[in-house]
Amino acid sequence: MVADAHHLGHAIDISSTSPTPFWRLVRVELRKSYDTRAGFWLLAVIGLIVLAAEIIVLAVVTTQDESIALGDFVAVAAFLTSFLLPVLGIMVLTTEWSQRTAMVTFALEPRRPLVIAAKALVGVLLTLATVAVSIVIGAVCNALYGVIEGSADWTFGWSDFWAFLLTQVLAMLGGFALAALLLNTPAAIVVFFVYKWVLPGLFELGAQLVGWFGDLRPWLDFQSAQNAIWEWSSSGEDWANLVVSGVVWLGLPLAFGIWRVLRAEVK
Amino acid sequence: MSTPTAAASVPTLDVSGTAPTPFSRLVTTELRKTWDTRAGSWLLISTAALTGLVMVIQLIVAVAQDLELTYNDFLTSTNFSIALLLPVIGILLLTSEWSQRTAMVTFSLEPRRPRVIAAKLAVGVALAVVAVVVALVLALVCNLVYGALSDFAVEWDVSVLQTLSFVLFQVVGMLTGFAFAALLLSSPAAIVLFMVYSFVLPTIFGIGAALIGWFEDLQPWIDFADAQTPLIDASMTGEDWAQFAVSGFIWLVIPLAIGLWRVLRAEVK
Amino acid sequence: MITVEGLTRKYGSFTAVDNVSFVCQPGRVTGFLGPNGAGKTTTMRVMVGLTPPTSGRATIGGHLYQHIPNPGRHVGVLLDASAQHGGRTGREVLEIGARTMGLPSSRVDEMLEMVSLTSGEAKRRLRNYSLGMKQRLGIAHALLGDPSVLILDEPANGLDPAGIRWMRGLLKGYAERGGTVLLSSHLLHEVEQIADEMILIGNGRIVAQGDKKTLLAGDATTASTLVTALDNQVLADALAAKGIAVTGAGEGLRVDAATVDVGRVAAENAIVLTDLRAAEGGLEDLFLALTAETQREAVV
Ligand SMILES: Nc1ncnc2c1ncn2[C@@H]1O[C@H](COP(=O)(O)OP(=O)(O)OP(=O)(O)O)[C@@H](O)[C@H]1O
Ligand SMILES: [Mg+2]
Repeated sequence: MVADAHHLGHAIDISSTSPTPFWRLVRVELRKSYDTRAGFWLLAVIGLIVLAAEIIVLAVVTTQDESIALGDFVAVAAFLTSFLLPVLGIMVLTTEWSQRTAMVTFALEPRRPLVIAAKALVGVLLTLATVAVSIVIGAVCNALYGVIEGSADWTFGWSDFWAFLLTQVLAMLGGFALAALLLNTPAAIVVFFVYKWVLPGLFELGAQLVGWFGDLRPWLDFQSAQNAIWEWSSSGEDWANLVVSGVVWLGLPLAFGIWRVLRAEVK
Repeated sequence: MSTPTAAASVPTLDVSGTAPTPFSRLVTTELRKTWDTRAGSWLLISTAALTGLVMVIQLIVAVAQDLELTYNDFLTSTNFSIALLLPVIGILLLTSEWSQRTAMVTFSLEPRRPRVIAAKLAVGVALAVVAVVVALVLALVCNLVYGALSDFAVEWDVSVLQTLSFVLFQVVGMLTGFAFAALLLSSPAAIVLFMVYSFVLPTIFGIGAALIGWFEDLQPWIDFADAQTPLIDASMTGEDWAQFAVSGFIWLVIPLAIGLWRVLRAEVK
Repeated sequence: MITVEGLTRKYGSFTAVDNVSFVCQPGRVTGFLGPNGAGKTTTMRVMVGLTPPTSGRATIGGHLYQHIPNPGRHVGVLLDASAQHGGRTGREVLEIGARTMGLPSSRVDEMLEMVSLTSGEAKRRLRNYSLGMKQRLGIAHALLGDPSVLILDEPANGLDPAGIRWMRGLLKGYAERGGTVLLSSHLLHEVEQIADEMILIGNGRIVAQGDKKTLLAGDATTASTLVTALDNQVLADALAAKGIAVTGAGEGLRVDAATVDVGRVAAENAIVLTDLRAAEGGLEDLFLALTAETQREAVV
């Protein structure tokens, strides 16, 4: 052994070690998203809130004799997950910093962009799972509605499905981008809710008061721009608005955040 | 060799000469803890900066577009700044002891935990009052500048009652954050709950009230955010106060009580 | 000064501390030893009221910790030096402690000097502290209120050799002036040099306690001696004749018997000894023997 080591001139033989494959990183990151109590409860709470909301909706419409379609159930779920999924997107990234696990993570995989990409992908996978669960819950509630009221309305087109999916992924990525930018859980959550609930009001106000801002607004307002997805708009300008505002709210923070993570001293 | 049976001969600690830590000292150290970290000082600075920024933007737009504004309009703009960030300050005041694990040291220096919590609460209220004073001064300056630059006459629609309700409004906001924090002892969870409470819940309450008859009658008694709105323009009536008290009991007192009970019993790790 | 009576702490069905009783006297340094997970930290946390006991109690100077006014002035506590806000500077950490206790800022400077943290280091944030620097700061924090009782969980953790020697002197001096010191550690060699009394704990139960001499002498089966004679072979034969096991060790012999027995054999046989001492690791052997059932690794 000793002689061998001398013979090799103390070089480490890495020829037979393959780099960590990306899918393994994704699997590990996926596991990290639910193996802590905080992570598990975040996922559980998302599911429970959607379930509770759908049951309340079902109870209200049946007692009030209102009519409802599957699409409406899904819309309720979409409303709730649109602010819960971004929190998920935020926590996927920031817990590495707040819990200081980034030290271990980046020591085991120094190619940091791959780690970030794996985390983003995990966020997308969890979003898909949430969408699937929401649709299943919605369908069950709709079926129950049919049983109670005699007939159910199953209006829910493929375009609605894709729009639901896409907007939820964008929402999750919005949180992820802010998290990458700020690397701090409370700050990212506060900024996200300001972006989500305060900014539209300010945009509206600004557009009413200042003429030129009204013209600029569609290019900045990522949330209204997403209506193009729900309506499958045929106007090219709508989609251009979506892309430009998406670059502003997703592309820039993400790019700056990744640049920061790559250079950051991990403590 | 010492044996546990020799308890009688064990010397006791003479504590007769030590005064217990006075409450005022707990408050001053807790106050210090709010700004002596980078995260803490930035939170305070950004709160003040945002308050000023929103007012200045409001001022610029008003002057440029020839809008008529009053002192109160400037004050109301704090809905976008301190009304949003004070509760976050209230939350982090408490949860950072847990996330940063400093609770271990804090509670070993003052094991009477309710006093520590009370000191934090006092600091929160003090910060809320300071924030209000800053907002009042900023609004005053903005209104003066507005008077100088615009064609409209400066209007000082200000009263003592109004100012007091404004203070109460902000203090209650801070306390709500604090109560949520005590309940959950986790910054992200408490912040999300607070944001849901202030942005999402009103919408849901609105829909519920529109759909269900009896819920419309119930809503004012359980919607704390709604119950506070008359505070902003000091138009609280007797029934408003009753609704404020009932909904406040639900959203403020109950979480705070459960939270305190939890903190007092918690094993601090 | 510290009295622990029938202390038990359960986590669900798991008993972390099981009916533990002991006393730490003033003027003595008490070492608290045991394998990983034995329950040392949990016992200390109960002492300072951070963990509620399931049954039993711990008092300090006759008081429950919760009943001591301004406890920082009486009891110095160091449980986990890294349990501090990463964003605070070292100086600020002490400043906050001093203010809570009602001490002047000058005390902070004294303490920083005492633990050899320079003013430049004291201005850094805790996040950027090295392991040993955090530990020094934690010791400074425990000593801040000039307490008469010290409760330290692995205080030597991360300290450099000079730091360990400094701490040894510090704690000895503390006890000599009448202070009570309880410290846990895995560095048996260290504890052997500092501690006057020892408490050994395994799986939450006390397996032995008493002063060092009694403990080491009382456990003759594990006593071991290093001896060198002018003629080692003669000594080895004489010992073997008495049925005492002997092995070669460097210049001399390693004997599985107490020094007094080896000396007696030498005297009886008129053998000249050039060196006779208890083998190092006397405490180590004792520790491993007493905690054998509770060790993670099989003891060979
Ligand atoms: N909150 C808890 N829930 C469950 N088990 C716990 C909890 N806290 C401590 N324990 C367990 O109690 C046991 C004693 O832990 P403790 O920290 O007191 O050990 P220790 O003697 O200090 O060990 P070490 O020498 O490694 O520091 C361990 O098995 C630990 O896992
Ligand atoms: Mg321990």
